[in-house]
Amino acid sequence: MKFVLPITLVVLTVALMVAGLVWTGHAGGTVGIAAGSAMYGLTPKADTPEHALANLLADAQRRNWDRAYADVSKTSDVDESSFIQDWIGSNGGLRSFSSLEGFDSRPMHITNDEAQMRVRLHWTTPVGPIEDVRDFHLIKEGDVWKTVWPKVQVPSVPAQLVPVTYLRWDLVTGGAADEWGSKNVDAPHVRIISMNAVDSAEGAVVMGEVVNEDTIPAFVNVNATLVDGAGNGIDQENSFDKIAHVLLPKQVTPYRIDFPSISLKSVKNVHMDVKATLVPASADPVIGVMNQKVESDAQGKSILHGDLLNESGQTVNIPHVVASFYDNNGKVVWVADGYVDRALLPQSSEPFAVEIPHSLAGKVQNFHIVVNQYSLGRS
Amino acid sequence: MQRLLQVCSRVSLGVACLVGLCHAQDFQVPAAAVSAGDEADISTTGSGKATFYLIGPGVSRKSEVNLGESIRLQAQDTRTAGEYLASVCSSSCRSAGFYVNAAKPASLTSLVHPSRVPVAQPDAVSGVALPFDQFHNLVLHPLTVNFQLSAGNALLLSRSVPTQNGAAWFRALSGKSAGLLQVTAAVDDLSARRAVQQVASDPCNLRITGQRTKVGISVQTEPVRDCAGNSVPDGTIVTFTATTANGKSSVDAPIKRGVAQAQMLASGAASISAASGVVMGNEVRVGAQP
Repeated sequence: MKFVLPITLVVLTVALMVAGLVWTGHAGGTVGIAAGSAMYGLTPKADTPEHALANLLADAQRRNWDRAYADVSKTSDVDESSFIQDWIGSNGGLRSFSSLEGFDSRPMHITNDEAQMRVRLHWTTPVGPIEDVRDFHLIKEGDVWKTVWPKVQVPSVPAQLVPVTYLRWDLVTGGAADEWGSKNVDAPHVRIISMNAVDSAEGAVVMGEVVNEDTIPAFVNVNATLVDGAGNGIDQENSFDKIAHVLLPKQVTPYRIDFPSISLKSVKNVHMDVKATLVPASADPVIGVMNQKVESDAQGKSILHGDLLNESGQTVNIPHVVASFYDNNGKVVWVADGYVDRALLPQSSEPFAVEIPHSLAGKVQNFHIVVNQYSLGRS
Repeated sequence: MQRLLQVCSRVSLGVACLVGLCHAQDFQVPAAAVSAGDEADISTTGSGKATFYLIGPGVSRKSEVNLGESIRLQAQDTRTAGEYLASVCSSSCRSAGFYVNAAKPASLTSLVHPSRVPVAQPDAVSGVALPFDQFHNLVLHPLTVNFQLSAGNALLLSRSVPTQNGAAWFRALSGKSAGLLQVTAAVDDLSARRAVQQVASDPCNLRITGQRTKVGISVQTEPVRDCAGNSVPDGTIVTFTATTANGKSSVDAPIKRGVAQAQMLASGAASISAASGVVMGNEVRVGAQP
């Protein structure tokens, strides 16, 4: 009798462990159809394309690389190390600091031997959640389905010496012992050259462009205050990361300030305030934005895409694209941004894409792109 | 208990005065304003002991004095310019005020604004000079400050300005050449020097040339200058934009040694334009790759 309780507890514990392993990934049904487990023999058999892809993604999510790679078709032109690098990133890129939080997939086209699946990958990153949409091709090998992994294009940078002779600005500040007025350096002169306020699905949006009119670099932040008819402030927000903060002389950046859950109907005035401070900066690296084009993707969304070309000799770890879109009168009608999850190696290029809201796609006649760059070990 | 002692002391002081132990007093503060840091005398009349109070902008002191003798104000008592109040108390208190002026100027402080200014801007440079004595009191009586603006060896402006309430100021247009603008303010043998960096104004006649290379199109500006002929500083961004049938490419290129240049990846015929800030340049067309 005295063994009944311990035995019951052991049996219950084992039952819960097994249940946990079997049903892992089924929680939160809207995020992912993750299946599979950490234990052999408990993964659903890849007898359908959905199961095959879910097994691969669940294993990749758990960083169970050997099992994930085993789900890849042998016809794929990728080795395991390249496959792993495709998931975990390299060279200090954004992917290196990200983790796959979930995924959801849906079939695009399925036959007896082949399938096309579209997957939304939900990543958690230091710059916020990022959604990546990828299409996968699956084929039936015997009685199981396998994913044909696309060839991973890794830029090959030849050994070379790239001279850097661009200007760099350092900042030397005076001390308390200095004579009054003897070492004053004025803040950079920046100016808002356009501003537009619109209502969007998420709330009010204030956007436009700022130019650094000075001959020195500036660290810029734009603040906006919404004011009601009685002159009371409704809300105050700033441009956060929807701006290129470090502006070199005569450089123009878009900015966007979001006011979630606020309608412009209740707003009488918008007070704009641009803050600029002296900052050390370098004119290097130079990043070109090539092949910019607005096109519709497979989902019917308007996408501005192109390639970032690093013309310098240093790696840009996290490139960030900020784009302003103009109507046929040259008015800024939208500002959007996007991060590139792979590092931009010297003298190489990486694709980028920025989505344009469906309601504005027809209005957009022109656009302007600036590139922020974050490099490890540099301010 | 303390309150009781105060009442008792006042009562005993009143009794002493009634029996003639206390003598009425009068005193005379300096008639003319005292110069900061100078010693001064306050004469008193009467007899007996009294308490002297001195309250000023930088001093507050109390001392026992003998009525009928002069009260000596030491140099450290009058270091700070401003209004002072002297009180002598025996059976009753009597007070009088006097003024301490700043001493002769010992230093000149100058502030010039801005620290950077584009060339040929009207009323763009302003400066102020403030004379102080050796005790850091602002000298309020009128003085003439000579302002001189020079660039290199050339004297651009010389102006004598009297101080008003301790300050003299000027406003002037910036020069035509980029470089250091020296601003000197002088009063007698005192002077203060400040520098203003005159920088090129917006680019003028921004012109570009482009040619096809093996990898695309090489585009560069002619030397970028403002309308006065000054070279626009290195590091200034010039945005090149190439428009082709396949899309658009752009590069924000910094000026280096007076010119900006960039490589554009475009195989087809391209129309290339340039802009720096809000200034637009010319447009060139480069043919397709043969």
